[in-house]
Formats: sequence, structure tokens, C-alpha cells
Amino acid sequence: MATLSIKDVRKSYGSVQVLHGVDIELEDGGFLVLLGPSGCGKSTLLNMIAGLDDTSGGDILIGGRSVVDLAPKDRNIAMVFQSYALYPTMSVERNIGFGLEMRGVDADQRKRAVDDAARLLQISHLLDRRPANLSGGQRQRVAMGRAIVRDPELFLFDEPLSNLDAKLRVEMRTEIKRLHERLGTSIVYVTHDQIEAMTLGTKVAVMKGGHIQQLADPRTIYERPANIFVASFIGSPAMNFLPGRLASSPSGVRFAANGVSVAMPAGKRQVDFDRPVILGVRPEELKAVARDEASVTGVIDVVEPTGPETMVTVQVGEQSIIARLPPRFAGRRKEPIFLAVDPASVNLFDPDSEQRIDI
Amino acid sequence: MADRLTMPRTAMATVSVRAPSVDIYAPQWRNFVFVAPFLFFFTTLLIFPLLWGMWLSFHKADTFSSGDFVGLGNYVRLFHDKVFLQSVWNTFYFVLLTVPTLALIGLFLALCLNRRTRTAAVLRTLFFSSSVLSVTIVTLIWRIVFIPNVGLLSTIYGWFGATAPAFISDPSLAMIGIAIATVWWCIGLPMMLFLSALQQIPQDVYEAAALDNANRWQTLRSITLPSIKRTFILVIIIQIVLQFQLFGQAWLMTRGGPNNLTKPIVLYIYDTAFRRWDLGMGAAASEVLFILILIAAMAQYLVTRNKADQT
Repeated sequence: MATLSIKDVRKSYGSVQVLHGVDIELEDGGFLVLLGPSGCGKSTLLNMIAGLDDTSGGDILIGGRSVVDLAPKDRNIAMVFQSYALYPTMSVERNIGFGLEMRGVDADQRKRAVDDAARLLQISHLLDRRPANLSGGQRQRVAMGRAIVRDPELFLFDEPLSNLDAKLRVEMRTEIKRLHERLGTSIVYVTHDQIEAMTLGTKVAVMKGGHIQQLADPRTIYERPANIFVASFIGSPAMNFLPGRLASSPSGVRFAANGVSVAMPAGKRQVDFDRPVILGVRPEELKAVARDEASVTGVIDVVEPTGPETMVTVQVGEQSIIARLPPRFAGRRKEPIFLAVDPASVNLFDPDSEQRIDI
Repeated sequence: MADRLTMPRTAMATVSVRAPSVDIYAPQWRNFVFVAPFLFFFTTLLIFPLLWGMWLSFHKADTFSSGDFVGLGNYVRLFHDKVFLQSVWNTFYFVLLTVPTLALIGLFLALCLNRRTRTAAVLRTLFFSSSVLSVTIVTLIWRIVFIPNVGLLSTIYGWFGATAPAFISDPSLAMIGIAIATVWWCIGLPMMLFLSALQQIPQDVYEAAALDNANRWQTLRSITLPSIKRTFILVIIIQIVLQFQLFGQAWLMTRGGPNNLTKPIVLYIYDTAFRRWDLGMGAAASEVLFILILIAAMAQYLVTRNKADQT
């Protein structure tokens, strides 16, 4: 177990800079998720922590020890690759024990360690097989076994679930979470899947274009996104964005747009009034109400029942928003709909900088 | 139609109620037209000569007549011919000299040149370029190297005041000389085969090995070599088949001499069939060579396969 500190780490290939001064601190036993779209630099950052890629500047400390000048094998880390990277010519047992074998651990001790890891991952019956004779989920477990058996200070996961089908992905996600809670080893986990980030991470770094957009716990990322990119990247369906203005009225500050009028919570006084803003509302924060309680008025466009809930696309002025309503919602297309918003749950963004406005 | 092709056969049955469908699995004799040209040449140029050769080997034949049936007579004469037995031994000796050398040097070059640098690309081309030369050019080059007193080898030895080994005229060195020229000539193909096998190994397996504390030697032994085992077998079989057919180099460099010590089976066949016009015995020698190559290639394959099953 160890802390991880990433200090002003940069990376460029020739004149192209792919990481611009990244700073991250991860507590001992924490679970850091690097989340972002393809090409945001998250895998590059992971490879630099592993030592498979050089840094162009900055420092990386594992357990307080700078590792940038160390070879991958001397960093005391274990990595689970996206393609699993199992050794195709070796049995599962030797795959898991290879790291110990290379470190000169004697055969008995190695066997015990491999058996323990195999039992933990429920793959004891597969130890004699070759990777080619395993299913995707089994390969994934072997890859994790190979990492566990080394008892490293830090686990690195590079999109480990992206090659699995949807059902297996959910199972393995739970497995990884259980493993983390059981072993207590710090983990860095790269993914482009926001559900994995939300469910697994104790800390999530949302990345885009080589910059960290926000580094916070999943709840803060979800409820208080730092900018429009983070707000739209996390959550499905995505957050609704409504351009409008902040205006003062006798009853306090209100957000006003065509068909929308939301009272801002008391105490939000630090911004200029009468300025353009973008209101961000999560679909589940919208509730169908009676006309006189409504803060959003619109016309139903599409109704999509999914079982546990109903997704309703609503036309509000020129904007289209999505509301996540209860399963037996009875509205129909072209009917008017009245929605209420909890003022405490909304976010305001600056239309120019796209940054969140803390009122 | 495209949809129907991808449908399972049970589904097609229900479709056929509405539209008569074609059973695409039924044999269509007109498809034979597409393979006919290949079959024609395969039969006339390969199968027919093969069978004719066998037939000839049981007859006393010269170029003007295919005479009486002599049963195994040609084979009996063959195995009493000291020159033939010498040529069989020579061929085995040559295969033993060249095949392991080609495989090992080919592998070594591939391991060294399996990188994305300009130097590696240039060297790959350079090592492969000898393969495109004809045997005449190759032997010419190596005769120039080996010529006593004035050849390249003599010159280099001369700088150190030593005498160069006589690779063409010394009975114990002549076959080694031919083997050196052959390895130089044939090294391109094994190297390319090994290179393509090496490039099939995914990079992240090496990254995993680096994290697993494996050093370069351990990585080579535990990951690289097991991964290219099939290619190794392929290279060995191809080279055994090729090198058993040694002819051009021996004919052009030493004419089979000195004292028949570099005369391979193919040269013996040529001498017997087309210089002494004993076609029957030449055919018999060809059949022996055919069987030898077959056994050597099969044995190699079986031995390596059994070993692979045990591990």
C-alpha cells in the first residue's frame, strides 16, 4: 500500500504536447480513476506511472519515493492490461507465477501464492489451461491474478473491462471493487466509461486534451461539475443545458429563459445580475408538477418508458431537454408538461469560459 | 439474396415456401471450371512426372527406349554403387551444415533487426538482397572469395601473414565452402519468416514481462522463443526440403570434387541420367531422394510436435 503523487507531469511527442502539467494526489489505499474520451492522455499518464513511457517533465512518487528514473520492474507496481497481455505459451499457473519466478521466489512459496490468488479469483480449476482456452472473463481474472500475486504497492488497470460483454463487465466491476476493499491496495484505473468511474473511484480525474478538467470524489464530480465538459461527460442521459439570464426580482434572484423561471437559492449573491448564463439540470432533478408549481413549461416531444423510469424529451422554447420521470408517467406527445426543479441541485455555467459559476 | 445467404438453413426452408430458393451447399459442377486450370497443370507437370518417374525406376531405360521391366534391379544397383552412397552421405552432411546454421543465423538477424529504425530497415534489405541473386552469381562471388593466393580470403589472411584455408580444393573443407556460400545465399527467407513471426507477438506482452521483472535473456527464453516455435519448425522443414536438393552450387563451385566428396544426390542423378544416359537408375535415385526428403521433413515435424505436447 502506498500513496501516489503526480507532480506537474508533462509529456510531449516532438512538438506535440499530450499532457500539460498534471497534478494528482492519491491517498494510501485510494482508488483513482482517470476518466476521459479517447486521446485525452489518460493511458499515457498510466504508462508513465508504470514506467513504460518516459515523462517529459515533472515527478511521480509512489509511497513518497520518486520513481521516474526507475525501471518498471523496480517500481513495485502491477498492471492489468486492456488486452490482458497474458503469455500465450504458458499455463495459467505459470502466467500468474511468472513475476515471482523472475524474482527468484522458490517453487513451493510460488505455488502457495498462486493458489491463494487463484482461490480469491475463483480460477483454481483453470490453472492447467492455456490462455487461448479461456473465455474473456476468465482471462481477465488471470490477468488480475498475475497482478495480485505480486503484492505490489500500487495496481494499475488500463481499461480492463472494455473487451468484455455488457453483463460480464458489470460482474467484473463488482469483482474489482470487492478486491479493492479486501486488499486495500491503492489503484489507478483508466477508463472512458463513466459508470465504472462513478462506481469504483474514491477519486476521479476527468481529463480532456491533456488537461485535468476536475479532480474530485465521484459525488462532487456528478453534482458539482467544474465545467460544461465534465457536466456533459458524466451522467446518462447527459445533463440538460439551458441558456438564459440571471435577473433579480422582488422574490430574489431568478434564472429566466423562454419557458423557464427558476428561483436561485438564497445566499447566491456574488455574481452580477442580468448576465447571460447556462443553467445545468440533471434529468432526474426534474419533476412533473401542476401548472402553478412549475418552473419549466414545455411540450412533450418523445416518451420513452424503460421499465424502472420513463425518459421524456420536452421541447422548452427552442431547447430540447430530457426529464427522468417515474415509470407510470401518463403524458403523451404534443401535450403540455410542467416541470419543477430543486434550486439547490442546479449548476450555473459561464457561456464564454464554460466554467462553473459558484454563486 | 444477401440476407438469405446469412440465414441458417432451417430459416431458409420457411422462406422457400414463398420463393424457390437455391441450395447453396449443393455441388455445382460448373464451379469445377475455376479449379480446372490449376488441376491441369498440377496433374501434367507434377503428378504425371512423379508417377512416370516411379514407373521408369522399375525399368531399364535410356533416352531412346524404355526397355524391360527389371523390378527392383535399378535400386539394387544403386545401393551397390559407392558413388551413390557417398552422394547420400554428402547430402546429409551438407543439410546438417546448412539447415541449423540458417535457422540460428536467421533467428539472430531477425532478433537484431526487429526494430523500427532506418538502420534496421537498410540492413534487412541488405541481408535479403543476396536471395534474389541467381546461383551462378552466388557461386561466382564465392569462387572469387575462395580463389587461392588472389581471392578475398587469401588477401585478408595475407595481411596477418597466414595462409587461407583452401575451401574449394581441400577435401575436408570443400563441402564447408559450399555450405558457407549457400548460407549467405539463402539467409534472407529464414530471416524474413522469423521477422514476421516476431512482429506477431503483441507489444503489451513484453510490457507485462518488463513489469514482471524479466530481464532480456529471460524474456527471450520464456516469451519470444516459445512464441515463434511454429515458425522455427516451418523454417527447418522448408530448409531441409530446399537443401536436400543441392545442385547448382556444388556443380558450379567444385563439379562434385575433389574425389566425389561434394557430389550431392541431385548431381549424381544428373550424371547418371543425362551424362551416362541410365534413365532407369537416375529415376531410382530420384525416388530415393524423394523419400529421404519426405522422411526428414516428417521426422522433424513429428519430433517437435511431440515435444510441444509434453510441455
